[in-house]
Amino acid sequence: MLEADLVILGAGAAGMAAARTAADNGLSVVLLDEQRQPGGQIYRNVGKAGAERLKLLGSDYAAGKPLVDALTHPAITHLATAIAWQIDVKSGIACSIDGRASRVVGRRYLLATGAIERPMPLPGWTLPGVMTAGAAQILLKQSAIVCTDAVLVGSGPLLYLVAAQMARAGSPPLAIVETQTRRDLLAAMRHGLGALRGWRYLAKGIVLLSEVRRAGIKRHVAATDIAIDGKEMAEAVSFTAGGKQYRIECSTVLLHHGVVPNNSAARSVGILHEWNRRQRCFVSRRDEWGRTNVAELFVAGDGSAIGGANAAVISGRLAALEIARELGVISLTERDRKAVSLNASLNCELAARPFLDRAYPPFAAAVLPADGTIICRCEEVTAGEIRRFAGLGCIGPNQAKAFSRAGMGPCQGRYCGLAVTELLAHANRLTQDETGYYRIRPPLKPVTLGELAAIADDTSN
Amino acid sequence: MKAVSPFRHLEEGDVLVRVVFEGSEYRLRKGGNLAAELLAAGIVAIRKTVVSAAPRNPYCMMGACHDCLVSIDGVTRQACMVEVQEDMTVSMPPQRENGNA
Repeated sequence: MLEADLVILGAGAAGMAAARTAADNGLSVVLLDEQRQPGGQIYRNVGKAGAERLKLLGSDYAAGKPLVDALTHPAITHLATAIAWQIDVKSGIACSIDGRASRVVGRRYLLATGAIERPMPLPGWTLPGVMTAGAAQILLKQSAIVCTDAVLVGSGPLLYLVAAQMARAGSPPLAIVETQTRRDLLAAMRHGLGALRGWRYLAKGIVLLSEVRRAGIKRHVAATDIAIDGKEMAEAVSFTAGGKQYRIECSTVLLHHGVVPNNSAARSVGILHEWNRRQRCFVSRRDEWGRTNVAELFVAGDGSAIGGANAAVISGRLAALEIARELGVISLTERDRKAVSLNASLNCELAARPFLDRAYPPFAAAVLPADGTIICRCEEVTAGEIRRFAGLGCIGPNQAKAFSRAGMGPCQGRYCGLAVTELLAHANRLTQDETGYYRIRPPLKPVTLGELAAIADDTSN
Repeated sequence: MKAVSPFRHLEEGDVLVRVVFEGSEYRLRKGGNLAAELLAAGIVAIRKTVVSAAPRNPYCMMGACHDCLVSIDGVTRQACMVEVQEDMTVSMPPQRENGNA
């Protein structure tokens, strides 16, 4: 058993920043993370990436290195390859490292579990060769591996970044098939003035787009009827755009239409979530310091609500300051003094979000997929089955789970949960809040009986 | 057995070690990410689903989707969370106990 003032789950942007701020203010910190290297997904492996890889991935990626370096502090213990499978405020976080289970107990806990790609159920999305755009980036960051004949599909600035990175690696994607429309852009213009405060993001987008154009990457916009063709693996992407039908042969299809909070851990301890219409996902209920309805438990970063890496860093630092105040190591005045500049930059960081969210909405046909499309990858449950259960009086996802096994596979609903909520809400004419989400229970990750038995010994010691 | 991979390494390789996947021998980069190295080696199905035996390959590469579940020396694990080690024996997870925890 390990003890600390603050136990942080997730060594991404928010978790790393929180760890250092907490340590600087006199707290002992244990930082738990599944990966071998700190960085989370956005800064995955940044501490180990060489100059060539840093150049290829760009300055926004390299910006994570100081956060990783800052973890070298006597008060911070970074536990790598720690798979957390149970969170309990009293008995601590149960986790396994190399198959050995133990508990980490804190006076406060911060969940900084980051984002996952918004599930994008399309016909054929379970075929080998179909991955998330984020996965392609992880291959670059972690392994310096690039996909050589990929088509990017979906919406959002990340697609331009991935395309540019692939082009820099000498393997530009064959095409970007984009789902957002001109109408989305016009509607987003309403947020134009607000976005001006976040002009850096818009400027970056324009630079990326021109890089995509210079690389000769073909963009198709307002695409509909998107399907991935293939029998044993992805062979082509077919779609309609501008009144014409297309079929692009490729062996890799990279999907992305935004990211959503990875909130399994938060849900498992009863942190309340509410539907955010603009982000079209559930976000955790919290105050400006990340304090939740569960005493001693805080949230920060994209695991709580989507704000991007820089906003995650700030929210992590704010949570650390408030935790330091609660534990009596800094005064209220000191906390507020340190928070002033953080809050000012947070406003700037978030200014462009309403524009981006409106300009790049999720692809409608993947939010409410056609009947034949698989929505639960693990148990191979289709959208049609969920609609049929709604017709039988099924109101919420937990009922649908019992009916269909959707959400019962090893991913535990991470990649079908939102689709099930949306399908049921739509079919039953209820809101997403009324429909709710899967009840998430431990273990959060598959765990062996041996590990469970070992944890009992660990607790009794 | 080795298909031409649509994935390409950008940097010079480190030490290559022997890994057996589904009975075939591969030379993979020691210490590399197992899921990534299997993709680069041209594997087109890392597992088959329990429900319909449909082929799958890694999807999220970040430990969330569990589509890269493999059996390593008899233990079902996520390939994207494992480092390549010499003489690893990797196979598709058993059909009935596919990590349904």
